[in-house]
Amino acid sequence: MQHRKYPFVFGFLAVPVALYLTFVISPFAQAFYISMTSWRGFAPPKWIGFDNYRRLADDGTFWKAVQHNGILLLVLPLVTIALALLFAFLINVGGGSRSGTMSGVWGSKFYRVVFFFPQLLAVPIVAVLFQTVYRPNSSGLINGFLMKLGLEPVGFLINPKLALWAIIAALVWQCVGFYVVLFSAGMASIPKDIYEAAALDGAGGVTLFFRVTLPLLWDTLQVAWVYLGIAAFDAFAIVNVLSVDNGGPDGTTTVLSVEIYRNAFAFSRYGYASAMGVALFFFTLTFAALTLRVTRRESIEF
Amino acid sequence: MRMHIRSGRVPEPRSGNASQNLSAQISTARPSTEEPKMSIDPEPASSVPTVARRSLLRGAAAVGLVVVPGTSLLSACATSGGDSETDGGGGTKSDKNPFGVKEDAALDVVIFPGGYTDKYATDVHEPLYKKAFPKAAIKHEAVTEISTVVQPRLASGTNVPDMINNSGSKLLDFGAMVADKQLADLTDLWDAPSVDDPGKKVRDTVVPGTVERGSFNRKPYVLYYVSTVFGLWYSGKLFSGRGWTQPADWDAFLKQLDDIKKAGITPYGYAGANAAYYQYTVILTHAAKLGGQEVLKNIDNLEDGAWKQDAVKQAATAWAEVGAKYLDKAYEGLKHTDVQLQQNQYKLAYYPSGDWLENEQKKDAPADFTYQLLPIPVKGKLSTKAVRATAAEGYLVPAKAKNKAGGLEYLRQMLSRAGAKGFGELVGSNTVVVGGAEGVTFPPGVTSSTNALKAAGKEVVDFFFDGDYKDIEQECRTATNALMFGRETPDQFCERMQKKADAVKNDKSITKFTR
Repeated sequence: MQHRKYPFVFGFLAVPVALYLTFVISPFAQAFYISMTSWRGFAPPKWIGFDNYRRLADDGTFWKAVQHNGILLLVLPLVTIALALLFAFLINVGGGSRSGTMSGVWGSKFYRVVFFFPQLLAVPIVAVLFQTVYRPNSSGLINGFLMKLGLEPVGFLINPKLALWAIIAALVWQCVGFYVVLFSAGMASIPKDIYEAAALDGAGGVTLFFRVTLPLLWDTLQVAWVYLGIAAFDAFAIVNVLSVDNGGPDGTTTVLSVEIYRNAFAFSRYGYASAMGVALFFFTLTFAALTLRVTRRESIEF
Repeated sequence: MRMHIRSGRVPEPRSGNASQNLSAQISTARPSTEEPKMSIDPEPASSVPTVARRSLLRGAAAVGLVVVPGTSLLSACATSGGDSETDGGGGTKSDKNPFGVKEDAALDVVIFPGGYTDKYATDVHEPLYKKAFPKAAIKHEAVTEISTVVQPRLASGTNVPDMINNSGSKLLDFGAMVADKQLADLTDLWDAPSVDDPGKKVRDTVVPGTVERGSFNRKPYVLYYVSTVFGLWYSGKLFSGRGWTQPADWDAFLKQLDDIKKAGITPYGYAGANAAYYQYTVILTHAAKLGGQEVLKNIDNLEDGAWKQDAVKQAATAWAEVGAKYLDKAYEGLKHTDVQLQQNQYKLAYYPSGDWLENEQKKDAPADFTYQLLPIPVKGKLSTKAVRATAAEGYLVPAKAKNKAGGLEYLRQMLSRAGAKGFGELVGSNTVVVGGAEGVTFPPGVTSSTNALKAAGKEVVDFFFDGDYKDIEQECRTATNALMFGRETPDQFCERMQKKADAVKNDKSITKFTR
């Protein structure tokens, strides 16, 4: 049967490899190629070497976008993971020991569903919702309330100092639920007797969290960090729909993906947009590799 | 958001919908913790030499690496295309058939079904073509996302439409298409005898400026069909009820804004979130009325210091004052639909826009709202009556169209009196055809803009940079918001715009246009 093995293996691999080449590798390769041209979308592209990349280096808007992606990359995972951990801990373990098993705070089953709700909404829908939440007049959810109290309305999306943070808040709201569920699953797999043993030794809620839960969740945290980091590199839908003037006011909320979209589809500069895409590709790759390397530590078997 | 008329030069506020298709929702991906346990080999594991399997995989990867970067494969993908330009139709040329359309050649028409819907094409223009060439089969397509659907067809050179109504928030970039030689030269169309009077050329049957509007470096490529007048809109009902009349000059205008403010109504507003260009239209028209049409010509031709001309600075100063005193700061965060609705609820007095506004608000405005147009109330080199008017809604024939002659003939039929009248009746808008709206009754808003255009006579101004140089257009939106909402001074506005214009001027990769 040995001689029949190769055709068999090839038969299995041919289709997935072909699909992968067509839909993943080929678009990437094309983007690399297009980024070296001055293609505007119609006539065959003209090769211009690294001109687009040289231009990127002096493009203030590009670096501003990179900077905003950087802020997102730091803040989004930190805040989301911190909140998700807190919520997950309260839902699963926060209620203390009841008849021998650890349980969450009162109503935790309800909260679990509520936290997960935003995850069911597509990002653009979340953005449209938050347009109403942040609307700067009396019909806005927050400002309507503030104005009833006699306070000045806050321009969440039109104050250049606030806009990016308002968008980050919406993003956190949208994705925290998923990580609550992810961490809950992780916590559920931690044996209860470890908690009980620790509790018997006199550990309180805080100690339990930092000494038992956190170390045993490390692998899950690492996954969450990579996922959120990649989400921070994207953020296209939320910025494009939620921000004023597509990345405004005055470019204070723009991110790489929005600039790529603008250059490709508004300015018809596909070559330049592809160069930005390639830059984003390498940023993302570097981030993922770095994260996995830096956070690598021995996982604890239990 | 309702998509409305706009050409490349008069863009509609960008819709957020576009993002939905593109957003890669990575954050929703679920992690898979399970390892695949499937084996690819049916034989017992012991009999499989592991080296063979590994080298096989390596081989497969190598194949991928070798094949993919090959340019032959790449050029067969997204960027492929030919240069071949098609010739005339192959029929015999005559006064009735100036382009030599082959009478049984099929015609592929693409219409953007926005605020005008595509009924005017199916009910008016296509029947006119069919009447002239009864044997021709017309393939009608209504396409909302023009560039998504049409660009690949143009790029690949297959299934190229013969006539495209290039409009909507996803229109094809005119400048890029001209630079890449995708558009048929319309000189033949403008020089052809008109449908109604063979003694008259088509170019003499349209409003002056129409050919120029669709020209790039003085070569005509686009037919802009709809006549559009810009100004400040108000409700005739609200104003006559309060005894407010059209202010005669700038001081009277400011005084009236004061009165309106005292009456508890927001005097002036535009939507900063997506329609800042409605406002820069106002500022630039103001500048042109102070300093003459030359002011805008200098800006369009990227002349040195064009944005620092006195007229521009004065206009920016005047509107910055309006912004500081009479504008609701919250409007920067609102979309045009929100602000237009506020006006319909009589919470806002003046709103800058083009005369598509009335049709756009048909469903939302009270029946007796009575839209009225006020030309920017300022005079200098031009009188207070001067307005910005332009031709909008672009129609083009691709250079690679199979039935190019048919495409040109379709445009000629659109420019006939019957075509213009039918359009006016169905859509409620003027076309560029002189006298094309005779016998058509328009609603009050379009009537008032038609009268304003008539009163302006030769004092009609227009600018082109917004379609020619998207970078400057984008900067102008941003700078206008910064100016009107008080973040930047008029000097900073001019400085900033000049910097961008200079950058574009010095950028060799950007095709330049002169008017």
